[in-house]
Amino acid sequence: MADRAGSGSKSGAGSGADDIGRGPGRVLILVYGVFALSAGARAGVQIAAKWHEAPVAYALSALAAAIYLVALAGLVRGGRTGRRVALAACAVELAGVLVVGTLSLLMPTAFPDETVWSTYGRGYAFIPLALPVLGLIWLRAANRSS
Amino acid sequence: MNDGLAIAIMIFSLLLGAWCLAATVRQRWLDLSHLVGLAALELALLTQAGFVIAGMAGGHRPTEFVTFIGYLVTSVLFVPLCVGLAAMERTRWGAAIAAGGCVVAAVLTLRLQQVWQLHG
Repeated sequence: MADRAGSGSKSGAGSGADDIGRGPGRVLILVYGVFALSAGARAGVQIAAKWHEAPVAYALSALAAAIYLVALAGLVRGGRTGRRVALAACAVELAGVLVVGTLSLLMPTAFPDETVWSTYGRGYAFIPLALPVLGLIWLRAANRSS
Repeated sequence: MNDGLAIAIMIFSLLLGAWCLAATVRQRWLDLSHLVGLAALELALLTQAGFVIAGMAGGHRPTEFVTFIGYLVTSVLFVPLCVGLAAMERTRWGAAIAAGGCVVAAVLTLRLQQVWQLHG
């Protein structure tokens, strides 16, 4: 492992498979892990304690958490399947943050409580908006070098 | 909860995060200064958890108790987890992981303080 840690992506075409989980990919794994945990825990608490107050918002938070978890699993698993799973998750995530972000601005009454994706993820320093973009860029770059 | 300690942790962890990020920019993995800093941060987070537990033993119970406990447990476990992940990635990106851990430690401390102040 130590001999390939240096440059991360160029060693061995056979193991190009797990390249998406190395280097910058490992940073993405951390960030996706944090968001899967925080969005999931938050949704769990909200759904358990006050589901009736804002069911749409809480269901969306839970959906976001699930998508983060899928992206995380794809990155950790690596290989062709892992990469496809991660790509799909990042694409859905980007669509989600754009659609929900726009809707939350146009129809604020439909979202009485914040979701991870409200106002393009403002409550989370806009990381929910940057994350899928960075993910897609990284998956593309990793594919090219392997 | 000790406000002075919480503020010190937030400032220190953000500075340490910037210092770790500097290693990423210079294409380096963490050196001894980062590792000592991360150990000091973890020690401070454990001390903070001690103050919190003492406060709860003294009868202070935040309204959002489950959320609070979630933040508390994560605040203690997260930095060691990041150091472990950074050890698996001995490149500039390992330093970026440590920087991320520092930022999360600051955010968790801020949230702990906010949730702590809401009590019934």
